[in-house]
Amino acid sequence: MPSGATNQEAATGLPPVAASLTNAYVRFGAFTAIENLSLDVEDGAFYTILGPSGCGKSTLLRLVSDLIPAASGEVNIFGKSTEEARLAREFAFVFQDATLLPWRTALQNVQLPLEIGRKRGVKIPISDKSPSELLDLVGLSGREDALPHELSGGMRQRVAIARALVCKPKLLLMDEPFGALDEMTRDHLNLQLLKIWKETGVTILFVTHSIPEAVFLGQKVLMLASHPGRLREVVDIDLPYPREIKLRDTPEFTRHAAYLRELLETC
Amino acid sequence: MTMVDKADPGEVENDEPTELALIEERKFEKRRKIEAFVIPIGTVICLLIIWQIGVRLFGVPTYIAPAPSDVGETLFSQFPLLLKNFWPTLFEAVLGFITGNLAAVLIAIAFVHSKNAEKAFFPIAVFINTIPILAIAPILALIFGSGLTAKVMIAALICFFPTLVNMVRGLQSVSPQALELARILSASKSEVFWKIRLPSSLPFLFSALKIAATTCVIGAIVGEWIGADVGLGALILDATFNYRSPLLYATVFMSSGLSVLLFAAVTIAERRIIRWHT
Repeated sequence: MPSGATNQEAATGLPPVAASLTNAYVRFGAFTAIENLSLDVEDGAFYTILGPSGCGKSTLLRLVSDLIPAASGEVNIFGKSTEEARLAREFAFVFQDATLLPWRTALQNVQLPLEIGRKRGVKIPISDKSPSELLDLVGLSGREDALPHELSGGMRQRVAIARALVCKPKLLLMDEPFGALDEMTRDHLNLQLLKIWKETGVTILFVTHSIPEAVFLGQKVLMLASHPGRLREVVDIDLPYPREIKLRDTPEFTRHAAYLRELLETC
Repeated sequence: MTMVDKADPGEVENDEPTELALIEERKFEKRRKIEAFVIPIGTVICLLIIWQIGVRLFGVPTYIAPAPSDVGETLFSQFPLLLKNFWPTLFEAVLGFITGNLAAVLIAIAFVHSKNAEKAFFPIAVFINTIPILAIAPILALIFGSGLTAKVMIAALICFFPTLVNMVRGLQSVSPQALELARILSASKSEVFWKIRLPSSLPFLFSALKIAATTCVIGAIVGEWIGADVGLGALILDATFNYRSPLLYATVFMSSGLSVLLFAAVTIAERRIIRWHT
């Protein structure tokens, strides 16, 4: 695979790897949050990240998104350093809390990435869809002028997703984005996210603490172990897309979930 | 997948109250608003009546405590005089309000951007704030003379401290996650300031401005006491020394009206600007 990857890169100019970590360490003082993590994130794939609390799930996303530096090792995103990738808006981040600016309407919040961070001489990609079309895409047509406090938790998170898509990211980092939502809303947003993934071809790294959510969304599940945080196993979820809610009642789904649950207990 | 296709979000997240409940709530809200208005007004009218009857019943001389009717009559007959003294005080108070708050906001911005500036100057700000305004007013009158400047400076000084403290808190009130978002978007320091910090601080700023709207009037009047021949402060002294009690009361009433006016102006500005706090 590594030699094939290089050939393809040379031939098309497009690396098939969205993000690659090589012997990456993250330390906070004497505490090692991530130890010796090596991983190639396949371009266009949907990864979910599971692990016990304190295993560095969020730290991994923050490492990739240049919020925290690697103590040693290398992190590359589409062949660029994390800082270059950040400046070029290669990735977008969706937090657990929607993190909308409360004085801006839904539409103005989606437009925020177009207004800032543009004076660095780096060209910023812009989605083919306008901000209001992106709000349509996440099912919020007609609510463009609503202020965040007028929207429910689920709607706020949709605005956050539309905002993440406005710069046409190639990599979408999601840190338990639906963790605080009720189950109905979460199901609905899971389906919507799969639809967006299919339409845009974006690579997704999705942290969750829910095993069913990890299985339902992901092509691959990254299982992390704790103390110190490290990659335990990459589990393939060979369930076909498009996936629907009733997939959860199938034996294959249950088998994957059961395997992950057992694995999680040993992490 | 039909469920996903731009489905009406209301179907899934129906957490809005029903229309009937909303109408009921509005009715209740309206009644509450009327009560909030009628009860205090009624109380004031009752107290005025008791005051009127009390003064007349016990034959209290007008120069000690005038009846509300005397004050009302003076307010009416001396209105040109009152108004003539109202404008200078308004002018000083507003200029002081602008100067004091502008200085406070700019210094708060400096404090937030430089910890050393805060360490160096915050204790001084606290110290100045501990000096009673009546004690510092003569000093300012000595420095700035008996003209407009001294009054404006006293009014500015009295506004300064609450705004400084509130503005520093407001600028620091940004959520860590909003700052992380800004970093992911590679926002510059000035973009973080204009797009995130400054708007977040506005609710804090306005609570300080509401305090300042009333205190700047106190500052202007105290300034006039130190030395002035026009203004509500000067009129208060003049009326007191000449035992013109109804005029004194009417002037106090005008001073209070000035505070209310400025407070209302700030409140209206706040309602128009800050729509995001429920």
